[in-house]
Amino acid sequence: MNPPVAPATGTGRIRTPLPFPTAAKPAVADTQLRANLHRATRTIRAKRARVVGEVPDWEALRDAGSAIKADVQRRLPELLEQFEASATAAGATVHWARDAAEACRIVVALTRATGADEVVKVKSMATQEIELNEALEAAGIAAYETDLAELIVQLGDDTPSHILVPAIHYNRAQIREIFQRRMADAPADLSDEPAALAEAARAHLRRRFLSARVAVSGANFAVADTGTLVVVESEGNGRMCLTLPETLISVVGVEKLLPTFTDLEVFLQLLPRSSTGERMNPYTSMWTGVTPGDGPQDVHVVLVDNGRSAVLADPVGRPALSCIRCSACLNVCPVYERAGGHAYGSVYPGPIGAILSPQLTGVADNASLPYASTLCGACYDVCPVKINIPEILVHLRQQAPHPPVERATMRVLSWVMRSPRRWAAALRLARAGAGPLGAYRERRTGARTLRRLPWPASAWTRSRDLPLPAPQTFREWWGKQ
Amino acid sequence: MRIALFITCVNDLAFPATGIAVTRILRRLGHTVDFPADQTCCGQMHANTGYRAEALPMVRNYVDVFDSYDAIVAPSGSCTAMIRDQYPHLHPPATSVAARTYELSELLVDVLGVTDVGAEFPETVTYHPTCHGLRMLRLGDRPLALLRQVRGIKLVELGDAEECCGFGGTFALKNPDVSTAMLTDKCARVRDTGARVLAAADNSCLAHIGGGLDRHRSGVRAVHYAEILAETGATS
Repeated sequence: MNPPVAPATGTGRIRTPLPFPTAAKPAVADTQLRANLHRATRTIRAKRARVVGEVPDWEALRDAGSAIKADVQRRLPELLEQFEASATAAGATVHWARDAAEACRIVVALTRATGADEVVKVKSMATQEIELNEALEAAGIAAYETDLAELIVQLGDDTPSHILVPAIHYNRAQIREIFQRRMADAPADLSDEPAALAEAARAHLRRRFLSARVAVSGANFAVADTGTLVVVESEGNGRMCLTLPETLISVVGVEKLLPTFTDLEVFLQLLPRSSTGERMNPYTSMWTGVTPGDGPQDVHVVLVDNGRSAVLADPVGRPALSCIRCSACLNVCPVYERAGGHAYGSVYPGPIGAILSPQLTGVADNASLPYASTLCGACYDVCPVKINIPEILVHLRQQAPHPPVERATMRVLSWVMRSPRRWAAALRLARAGAGPLGAYRERRTGARTLRRLPWPASAWTRSRDLPLPAPQTFREWWGKQ
Repeated sequence: MRIALFITCVNDLAFPATGIAVTRILRRLGHTVDFPADQTCCGQMHANTGYRAEALPMVRNYVDVFDSYDAIVAPSGSCTAMIRDQYPHLHPPATSVAARTYELSELLVDVLGVTDVGAEFPETVTYHPTCHGLRMLRLGDRPLALLRQVRGIKLVELGDAEECCGFGGTFALKNPDVSTAMLTDKCARVRDTGARVLAAADNSCLAHIGGGLDRHRSGVRAVHYAEILAETGATS
């Protein structure tokens, strides 16, 4: 008998190289970045609020989306096998990848088999997660991003900082500079008008689309009963990649399954309104295996686990797998707005990243992320599939390794506060101990507050005054009644 | 009705004026308030920082102390949310007492059915809806409905009111840079209003925003809205 196998943790670009507070520091200090993020997130936030507000059954749609995803998670193995059978019957080849490295090996081997030395790419979170571009490059295959924002990030030798708007951290002047520096065929007199920038990218990409023999995509949804893959996009670059090349390889996280084609009815309403703030996105492409004589004739699907089975095994954390990558939670998150996406050190930034990345890698490897939130709850309110992000953050904080000094402090506080007698004594002691200091501060400054304290309390007093205990506690006032 | 006051640990030590205000309001409305002395802390800081096991003894103590009361009032949105939202999962026997625990505006508006508590406060006031009251308890405009009935008050609207101030309990210490960036924006919005008083339902958030306002010598006073509702204009 084989021993039970613990689900493997994920690899790839899902780990913070630096703790979140350290990684956030330069972003908070970068006024240009803060201004870019402030403007961009608030614009999308307002658009989303407007188009969500006009749907009378929005709450019912959210419930439906949440229920369908919960159903998928309950019977994922069965649905995956159903998808494999349907897609195979339609002429696709289905591959299974345990982790990032295995997924990359499969895509590299499939590309090599065609003899091509370049691929065009549809914007895809899964391929960013497994670091496919780097793997292709190492194998001598050039990968060209064709989504405008992904192209900007790629030309800038940068990484995406937002799920929907990978180049959200740039403004148009910065984008113009990147194009002029790295895009050989950019016009010499390129302006920073959005239309001019888009036109330059369009001309640049058109040559790639027409010559590419292999395309790599992700998928927003994979339909089990029909074997259909769905890509939802705005620019039409995806449609080019999905229809022109001979070979199409799609890298799909196993959680992207939907049981039936009709389930798309719910998600194609939830996704565009939540992500771009549009009633419907401009391009929705669906393909089911191979259609003879039309579009790619060599169609592959790589189903990637990369830690998802481990997430699935935890009933409290599991709803993180319901995410449809709309990024509404990023756009309302006050922490994301100040820290930016790179601080999360993962392709999945923002509130969803703070619960997804640590679960994919194991919490110990991303221990600072569950704490990268004030638990304000704005993310939960806008989530189209009702992922209770604050609840999962608190759940993951239980599993995070706790700093020894903090753990000791918390234990002592708990020991004091669990006993009415000890707590009353502690209050008396704190009030009496701080009394003279409070009185002194009040005489000098008019307020019982401290302005400067040594570490670790300096984390508070660096930007806010700290109130001292009152001259009498509430229970002392009550006792005198 | 037997009403008990859960003062919360932070208020007991640093903001007793809030508890005194709650007591005065309820007595003025003709109710008797009890303060069971064996109360300690709701355990929120422990539970939300990842120390659920260390929070549990406080949860059990809360049940022991308050289970016999018809209604428990807490002048804190986040402590009330901790009790109502988390207690039933942490400690199922707490479910019943959790359901009888109310944030002050819930007790006044929903349970006692009053919005005019006979207060007078001739100041310009802006109100910050704190996150757990807003999004966990769904207090809606209950605190504002109470404040609107206060004689002499001039309420001015806070810009980006529903955005978190950056406190988040231990977040303020673990992520001081991001917390400070959020606080700076919140303080700027408060100052934009021209109000002399900032009111909210949580003294922890108020200590954060107030601490920022004081640091900048803004002259804006941060007070729990109970203190405004307790004022009658009479010199005491």
